[in-house]
Amino acid sequence: MRSTRDLKALQRAMAAAVLRPLNAGSRTQRRWVDGRPTAAVVGEFIKPNDELTSLDRIEIYNRMYWFRVLDCLYDDCPGLRAVLGVRRFMRLAEAYLAKYPSSSFTLRNLSRRLAQFIGEEPLLTAPYTALAIDMARFEWAQVEAFDGPALPSLEPQDIAGENPGRLRLRLQPYLGLLALNYAVDDYVIAVKKSGLRSDASNAPGGASSVAASPRVSRPRRARVHVAVHRHDNQIYFKRLEPAAYRLLVGLQQGQTLAHACALALPKAAASPAWQQKVQGWFKNWAELGWFCQTAASSP
Amino acid sequence: MPANPFNAFTDYGIGIGLRVPHYQHILTKKPVVDWFEIISENFMVDGGRPLEVLDQILEQYRVVQHGVSLYFGSADPLDRAHLKKLKAVVKRTRTPWLSDHLCWGSVDGTYTHDLLPMPYTKVAARRTAEKIRQVRDYLEIPVCVENVSSYAEFHVSEMTEWEFLTEVVERADCGILLDVNNIYVSSRNHGFNPYDYVDNVPHHRVAQMHIAGHTKFEKYILDTHDHPVIDPVWKLYAHAIRLCGVTATLLEWDDKIPSFDEVHDEALKAHQFIDGARAARNPGNVKTDRVAGLA
Repeated sequence: MRSTRDLKALQRAMAAAVLRPLNAGSRTQRRWVDGRPTAAVVGEFIKPNDELTSLDRIEIYNRMYWFRVLDCLYDDCPGLRAVLGVRRFMRLAEAYLAKYPSSSFTLRNLSRRLAQFIGEEPLLTAPYTALAIDMARFEWAQVEAFDGPALPSLEPQDIAGENPGRLRLRLQPYLGLLALNYAVDDYVIAVKKSGLRSDASNAPGGASSVAASPRVSRPRRARVHVAVHRHDNQIYFKRLEPAAYRLLVGLQQGQTLAHACALALPKAAASPAWQQKVQGWFKNWAELGWFCQTAASSP
Repeated sequence: MPANPFNAFTDYGIGIGLRVPHYQHILTKKPVVDWFEIISENFMVDGGRPLEVLDQILEQYRVVQHGVSLYFGSADPLDRAHLKKLKAVVKRTRTPWLSDHLCWGSVDGTYTHDLLPMPYTKVAARRTAEKIRQVRDYLEIPVCVENVSSYAEFHVSEMTEWEFLTEVVERADCGILLDVNNIYVSSRNHGFNPYDYVDNVPHHRVAQMHIAGHTKFEKYILDTHDHPVIDPVWKLYAHAIRLCGVTATLLEWDDKIPSFDEVHDEALKAHQFIDGARAARNPGNVKTDRVAGLA
């Protein structure tokens, strides 16, 4: 080894072997991508010993890598597991990680591109692709809500007397706003309850039965709007009326309060009943701490 | 009195890893523990429950940061965004020193999330030492590197693992987190004498030690951190403590985690060896120092 370039070449070679998908028996593939025996490829840089061949030794790392990242996705995606069943979910996870290996120092971000991947490879989830995408988006929003940044909440006096035509309300960065084609929030809650019931019953199967519980039917197609947020550092889901969702998205995009209301609310919103409803939304959102600070006023 | 120039925390005592299953117990029962070691990456987040728990722990306990993703040995340059996040945690915890592993784990922006072994070469040692210095200069705290367990060796290696460790820490002028269990595991996997390893590292640079359990398979040992410490590892630890002096020690237990008390009791077994080493170096002060260590 003469230079850092040689070191990098060695690390690239080993990483390729470690990241290579396992075979059907959860072992290192015996053939390399170019058809050569994998043993010969890894034998070029890994030393054997009295007990283990070069292939045996790389297989330890290869298996540990895949078990680690698959375990992580398994834990992070209970809803998607329930939608697809464990076996199909694992096939999806393997294909996803083969295409999009981790590009972050933390496993927390492992499922960041899962919804995108499901859309790119619909056969892996058909005929539940749209539901799977919704679920992956919903579960990623929970990751973001769990430990995303929080800014100091806005107090009513902070904006008292402000002109709605110039006022821009900023939403907490951890708040996820989702327009979904399936009521995945209800489904996840039902799956969890089902799992709790099976745990309480001491029935065989234990926690693993939660993922593939046959008692919870997949949700039917239905447009829903959901906020994924946290309160007292616990994650919550909150259903939103379509107009409320549009209003929040407008604010999130930086529209002024007046502009967001004009675009989001129906003409009937001028009625006293609607005004009362909208005031109720804002009161509730403020109580939940969703407004965090006023961005710069419009010129 | 520090045992060596890189160990200003001789009396830090015996710590355990801060792990999620123990949060409730620690926050409600407030057990007496010398210090907790946290995995830095678990708290390199922007908000939420992890930081809330960390702040509550910091109100009661001393915390030392241990990382798993700096990858000093990766050929790639350090990630400035990563370092910035790490420094935010360092400021929050006021950790007296920070450790990470003598390994690599990422290349071209792809992460294996593993502690992969180094080729023991001069080129790798130079590159690794250079990155350790950069991290120390950026974070502005002492940095220690930990020897990892390994299951593979490279044809290109030019020296033993302990010679490589020595080369790196001398070039970087940094401390060592000596993981005694890792030495034992690697010695069995690669057929060297673990006492040769312990005898030949620069003892004056050992700032912390790790002990842990592992799992034995037919042809190799895996560093699983899911069992109590076995006797041969305790004996190796006792030997290391005799050579290095009284050193902050931490028990790692990361899988199949038992009750807090069981983990803590296992860690506290280290006292008998620390007391022995202290008595050998400083007869008559054993009791006083022991109390100070538990403060």
